[in-house]
Amino acid sequence: MKKLLLENDHIEGIRYFDAYRKNGGYRSVETALKLSPDAVVEEVKKSGLRGRGGAGFPTGMKWSFLAKPEGVPRYLVCNADESEPGTFKDRYLMEFLPHLLIEGMIVSSFALGSNRSYIYIRGEYAWIVDILEQAIAEAKQNGFLGKNILGSGFDCEIYVQRGAGAYICGEETALIESLEGKRGNPRIKPPFPAVKGLWDCPTVVNNVETLAAVVPIINMGGEEYAKIGVGRSTGTKLISACGNINKPGVYEIDMTISVEEFIYSDEYCGGIPNGKKLKACIPGGSSVPILPANLLLKTAKGETRYMNYESLADGGFASGSMMGSGGFIVLDEDQCVVKHTLTLATFYRHESCGQCSPCREGTGWMEKILKNIEHGKGKLSDIDLLWDIQRRIEGNTICPLGDAAAWPVAAAIRHFRDEFEWHVLNPEECQRRNYGLAGYADPIHVPV
Amino acid sequence: MTRFSDDKLAKVQEIIARYPDGKQKSALIPVLHLAQETFGGWLSPETMDYVAELLQIKPIEVYEVATFYSMYNLKPVGKYMFEVCQTGPCMLRGSDDIINYIKEKLGIGVGETTADGMFTLKTVECLGACGYAPMMQLGKHYREHLTKEKVDAIIEECRKSAAANN
Repeated sequence: MKKLLLENDHIEGIRYFDAYRKNGGYRSVETALKLSPDAVVEEVKKSGLRGRGGAGFPTGMKWSFLAKPEGVPRYLVCNADESEPGTFKDRYLMEFLPHLLIEGMIVSSFALGSNRSYIYIRGEYAWIVDILEQAIAEAKQNGFLGKNILGSGFDCEIYVQRGAGAYICGEETALIESLEGKRGNPRIKPPFPAVKGLWDCPTVVNNVETLAAVVPIINMGGEEYAKIGVGRSTGTKLISACGNINKPGVYEIDMTISVEEFIYSDEYCGGIPNGKKLKACIPGGSSVPILPANLLLKTAKGETRYMNYESLADGGFASGSMMGSGGFIVLDEDQCVVKHTLTLATFYRHESCGQCSPCREGTGWMEKILKNIEHGKGKLSDIDLLWDIQRRIEGNTICPLGDAAAWPVAAAIRHFRDEFEWHVLNPEECQRRNYGLAGYADPIHVPV
Repeated sequence: MTRFSDDKLAKVQEIIARYPDGKQKSALIPVLHLAQETFGGWLSPETMDYVAELLQIKPIEVYEVATFYSMYNLKPVGKYMFEVCQTGPCMLRGSDDIINYIKEKLGIGVGETTADGMFTLKTVECLGACGYAPMMQLGKHYREHLTKEKVDAIIEECRKSAAANN
């Protein structure tokens, strides 16, 4: 498979302008500036590119919603607040191929008419701020940023804004609030940022990987890009794989490979360490439903499951999951689903902005109950109570953090209820060992 | 006296210039980072009031932001802060053992600082290093693939660097 984003990541000095340019960098800016902004938007529409941050919304369509009132500035903001547990692909791109993001942002800024674009990066990625600022300075010295870029009459500046530790700022309206110097409380939509965003001006917020993907789209043309992949999962996707696998890391895939191949082939995760069995996996970042091994590798209909938007979602939440952000978390047979779910509940309680009561209160209740169950102090009725709480959070909050907190708990109970019950019924034993695979027979070959 | 040097004041002006006229409040988060680095690793009420004055906003606008984001310390912290990730993917790779080892080694609990003011231990939520777990943030950088031996080496390195700076 030909890589589109990480093709050159191994080249010495690719982080710097000279090596990047020598290897074909910034061609897409030269191409785009000869087209009209609308023609660039058209290419992105044709490519079928879907937002790589987690929601998977078609990028070209998002761009076409941007309001263009006369005399009002428009803004492009890159969402580099990567904070979804299991996800570290944007970090990889920015750290090793910063110019790819800058190039994608210049082309996208031109398409959207943004003369001042921002990269909002999570505060903890402090050293990457320096890498990006150097890349911006180099691009400017070489005439790809600043006034009248390549004599086209288009002016553009890119600035890096550091966050300060808040998962919620990955939600686009919270990100805009934060960029305005406020608490990251999500806004009620509508109005959508495309109409009223940063400083009340029309704004597009796109993920790092999405903006980087604009480069190959312009270089090869939207139609060619759309030929890669399958169905509505076009192009390539970065997957950050972690947990109990032999080769954790960031992989670029073309969305036609099976989940089984991704986990077991040496090209990707390289299988599970120490000959252990696969127990479960969260395939798209901590918010998406966890799947037991049997449902991960095959759909409920018994078909092979593939690493793409449609196949991972096959069966809905009853027996499927989501592509999400591509944060692929693998659990081996020794891992405890209750404990893992508890760490996620702690995460969401910590990260709830506190604006909506179902999320503010509910995430804390779920954490408390899970803590009791994990530590052998739970009751059987607690499992139903947890189910009830998550159901009342989902869909009842301003932003999707409520859903993101509810789904992992719901899926853990849906697929691993016997493990929760075992914790309640064996309060002492669950302190010494994990439930393991005892209740799941051979996880890979169990019939659905 | 809580005052930036001329260099730092120039940096503040450079940050403000990133935004359109009149939108200097957007500089708040970056300027608070600068203030925390400059004034002892935490934000005292005096520091926050000073930042409010610099950006011509009300002190409450600074307090509400400083209390929202987890990277701002509202109390003094040790010279070296170990921020160890405890979220799922790190837990799967043994972050519990690392946290317990640091507690034992430094004789402090989570959220505490050693008596000599050298180390603070903090647990944090996912830092985006899941593939290189277990991990911690130390100052500006990440320390990844942690083992007990690596923790020992990091503590030693901090002590040496502190001694060299004294």
